[in-house]
Amino acid sequence: MNQRFSFLTMACSGLLLAALFFGCAEVTDIGTQLAQEAGVISADEAQSVKRGAKAIEKTYQDLTPEQEYYIGRAVVAQVLQGYPPLDQPEANAYVNLLGQSLAVFSERPETFGGYHFLLLDSDEINAFAGPGGLILVTRGMLRCCETEDELAAVLAHEICHVEKKHGLSAIKQGRLTEAFTIIAAESAKQMGSEELASLTREFEASVGDVVMTLTTSGYSRNQEREADAAAVQLLRRAGYPEASIITMLERMDKRLANAGGLGFAKTHPSAQSRADTLAGQVKQTELVPAPARQARFAAAMKPVVTNP
Amino acid sequence: MIGTVLFDVRIWKVELRKRNFDCTEIDIMRIKVLAVLLAVSASAAVTASMSVQVRNAKVRATPSQLGRVVATAEYGDIVQAGTLQRGWYPVTTADGEQGWLHESALSKKPIAMRSGTSDAATGVSDDEVALAGKGFNEQVEAKLKADGTLDYTWVDRMAAFEVSEEQIKTFRTEGNLPGGAQ
Repeated sequence: MNQRFSFLTMACSGLLLAALFFGCAEVTDIGTQLAQEAGVISADEAQSVKRGAKAIEKTYQDLTPEQEYYIGRAVVAQVLQGYPPLDQPEANAYVNLLGQSLAVFSERPETFGGYHFLLLDSDEINAFAGPGGLILVTRGMLRCCETEDELAAVLAHEICHVEKKHGLSAIKQGRLTEAFTIIAAESAKQMGSEELASLTREFEASVGDVVMTLTTSGYSRNQEREADAAAVQLLRRAGYPEASIITMLERMDKRLANAGGLGFAKTHPSAQSRADTLAGQVKQTELVPAPARQARFAAAMKPVVTNP
Repeated sequence: MIGTVLFDVRIWKVELRKRNFDCTEIDIMRIKVLAVLLAVSASAAVTASMSVQVRNAKVRATPSQLGRVVATAEYGDIVQAGTLQRGWYPVTTADGEQGWLHESALSKKPIAMRSGTSDAATGVSDDEVALAGKGFNEQVEAKLKADGTLDYTWVDRMAAFEVSEEQIKTFRTEGNLPGGAQ
């Protein structure tokens, strides 16, 4: 009896599986059919209702990597209006080598335009993660790092903001709904000049939201904690001692205390509290920087951090 | 997959006979046909068309961050992707190259290229349009530049800072970093 039962169960589950597989195709067919039937009543109306509903449901998570890329470019262009770039090819090359060799270990190694890093000629202690992977680090921030491992911790934190789309999350939902509605309405044809103008307005406003968060209001405490925790994982995967994030934060805390609440201090929770939060998550190892890493770090960074 | 199912059918057949079920050859045939259909639909579900959603994606020989690059796939390219394994899809490109792509490079939604390009698709659905480079795109950036509000000079210079796979590998080896951990 039991055996027969198990045989029947086997046969039934097979049939059920088949129904499931065929069911999938059927559901799509029914969907298409329904859409067509709705079209018979008024194709345009049905389409526009459908598009409108879809646009409203969409959030920053629905921005495509390509859209994110264009937002990131404009964000960085705007941040650079307030923070001049540091035109030092060797130092920038080193930061890109380090940053890109970390980014491949990120949970999001591929973005539309890839990860790129640029140093800023500013004594303010700060770093900015432009959506899509354009990351800016100030000279003041470099001064908080005494080893390649600590600079890796700074870059890893910024890479994780990109990975988690924290910058994009700053865009007000109303602007996105507006933008997605314009995008949906334009269908497959080229954009008209009016649509382009209003889309550009929404784009500028969205970029403004991100820049405001990056430079003035800061991410939420939770987002910072999330980026710190992810940075620890990233450092671990890339083979850097994760305790370097703690020593970096502690040094930053001391320097920030002297900087009088400028830059990072106003957009980030206190560095010491971040270090304390991480203490439980981080594998504490003795930090002896590899001589080869220390040599190349010093060679690339010395001209940058010693210049007035 | 098909083989496994047919093997199961043979077992069922023996079971049916053992139990003196009233079971004709036609019934057995029916079960066989069902089994084959099931197997075919199951194997069809194993690979799916996916679109490359980044400008350049590296197809690697192994599902690892520093796996050898065997091919590159471009924005909008369609690949056949197998089952996701720890963040990596086994893929076959349109040129028949096989390798692994990281999930961040792929989208389940088809990407219809903009009109005016040779790949321009017709009759695209709403979701496809959303991915067709519409919205915040180069057209919007061009308009912004024309309005004269933003200077992209350094953005372009920064985006041109490229690092090769070889440079990354050398950098890691010279830096005495434990290699290629997942």
